[in-house]
Amino acid sequence: MELLVNRYRNVTILAIALAAQLFLLAYQVKSRQEVRSIRVWAVTGVMPLARLLDVLHANTFGLISEYASLVKAREENRKLQDRVSKLQMENQFLRNDLSTADRARVLALFQARTPSKTVAAHVTGRGPDNSKVVFVDRGANDGVKKNMPVVTSDGIVGRVGAAYPSFSQVVLLIDTNFKAGVISQKHRIPGTLKGQGHSTCLVDYIQNQEKLEVGEWFFTSGDDLIFPKGIPVGQVKSTREGKMFFQEVHLVPSGLQKGLEEVLIVLDGVHQPLPDSQTVQAQQPHLMQPPPAEQNTSSGASRVIRGGVVETDADQVVDRYRRIGIVQGHPYGAGGVPNFNIEPPPPAPKPDPESRPAEPRGQQPE
Amino acid sequence: MSLLPAHLPPNAGARKYRLRPLALIIAPIVAVAFQVKAPLFTEYLSYLDPPLLVTVYFGLMRREPVSALFIGMGVGLLQDALSQNPLGLFGIVKTLTGYWTASVSLRMDSDNNMVRAIFAFAFYLVHQLLYWTLASSLLGQQFSFEPGEALLFAILNAAVAVPLFQLLDKL
Repeated sequence: MELLVNRYRNVTILAIALAAQLFLLAYQVKSRQEVRSIRVWAVTGVMPLARLLDVLHANTFGLISEYASLVKAREENRKLQDRVSKLQMENQFLRNDLSTADRARVLALFQARTPSKTVAAHVTGRGPDNSKVVFVDRGANDGVKKNMPVVTSDGIVGRVGAAYPSFSQVVLLIDTNFKAGVISQKHRIPGTLKGQGHSTCLVDYIQNQEKLEVGEWFFTSGDDLIFPKGIPVGQVKSTREGKMFFQEVHLVPSGLQKGLEEVLIVLDGVHQPLPDSQTVQAQQPHLMQPPPAEQNTSSGASRVIRGGVVETDADQVVDRYRRIGIVQGHPYGAGGVPNFNIEPPPPAPKPDPESRPAEPRGQQPE
Repeated sequence: MSLLPAHLPPNAGARKYRLRPLALIIAPIVAVAFQVKAPLFTEYLSYLDPPLLVTVYFGLMRREPVSALFIGMGVGLLQDALSQNPLGLFGIVKTLTGYWTASVSLRMDSDNNMVRAIFAFAFYLVHQLLYWTLASSLLGQQFSFEPGEALLFAILNAAVAVPLFQLLDKL
């Protein structure tokens, strides 16, 4: 018997193990109950290790993945930075182009408006020393001669110091050798503009008794036989009574305020009258978009003549609001806001003072 | 056919492999934990059966059918406990796998990587076949057994078994 047991020991134990598990299986299936305690032990024993695997994964593969992401992000960041740099550079170029185009447009407007014969020139360089001279790309071949005035749309810039075949040297008005005859706009006080080597100029030979205001404009007087009369020079920055007979009037030259890239060389100057003080600002060319196209087709042109009276855009707007108020019974000034979006009835024709039949709105009388 | 090397003495294959008790406990638990967790990281890892490979390893190295069957039974019951099946299904399959592995390994050189791969490949197929048989016969579960798929996964497990067994050798 002992021999038999020893001989089949392994198989016996296997059979017992299998039988026990079969019994366990059968018991669970039959009774529909589970051995909960074993499952609790299993979960309690295994799950912490599973969690540990999670941590290991996060610290190994996760780190590798994050490192890979970091490397990728760094590469992407580098590419983006390169792209941003390129775009910034491109943006700067475009801004410069736009600015140049704006200045060129203003200069072209000024050139078309001024009666003087001018030629546009591009500033190509500055003097090598600290002198206040620049070089422009127009020379004797273009009709440029020594002492010709150089201006921009904002005012005078200087005069041609020397004309070479293809280039010219321009002495800026802030150069100490520069002089020009000027006259104040408001009080018509003549003086002599002198460069001082820095950003402001001195207007000399204005007697202490003369009244000048800070901010007053000076224009070229035409007395120097170089600059034609009527070109803006600059505004008075400060005035002070001088020791001798003449005031110390400091002036900010307007022609140099917006940089110096494009200039006009006046080949044949034509004197112009000095503008009145109200139109000085209006004379300065500015970069405004053209007015939008008229949306109200019924109103026709921006200026209409109704009842023999010329109406401006503002008149039409006022009239439109008045009619809106009438339609809605809204008295203006009594509080509340009428609905401005509704279309008011067409305006009633005004009686012609000369008893002419009223013209339809938007049509010019014949 | 014996896969024992010619220079080894006839009883060389019968030497017992000494396993540290801690490794005996930790390795199956880690294997089951890996089987539970790894598919969450990568779907392909669900095709691996680390508890089976650990059972095969211990049977292969232990060379003692009784202890191998108990190791297999423990691993199987642990798997059962974490599954929805009644306790005992994986237990029976792993018990038989452990027992047969240990029985066969008595005649083999268990340190040979090729032998290890063959064991892992063969006992994966045996394990799957047994599981399918028992699950369908004892529990009435209906699922198909795809021989081609089983072969493919058997090769995959055999390929993983070689480095895994070398890792377990270090424990």
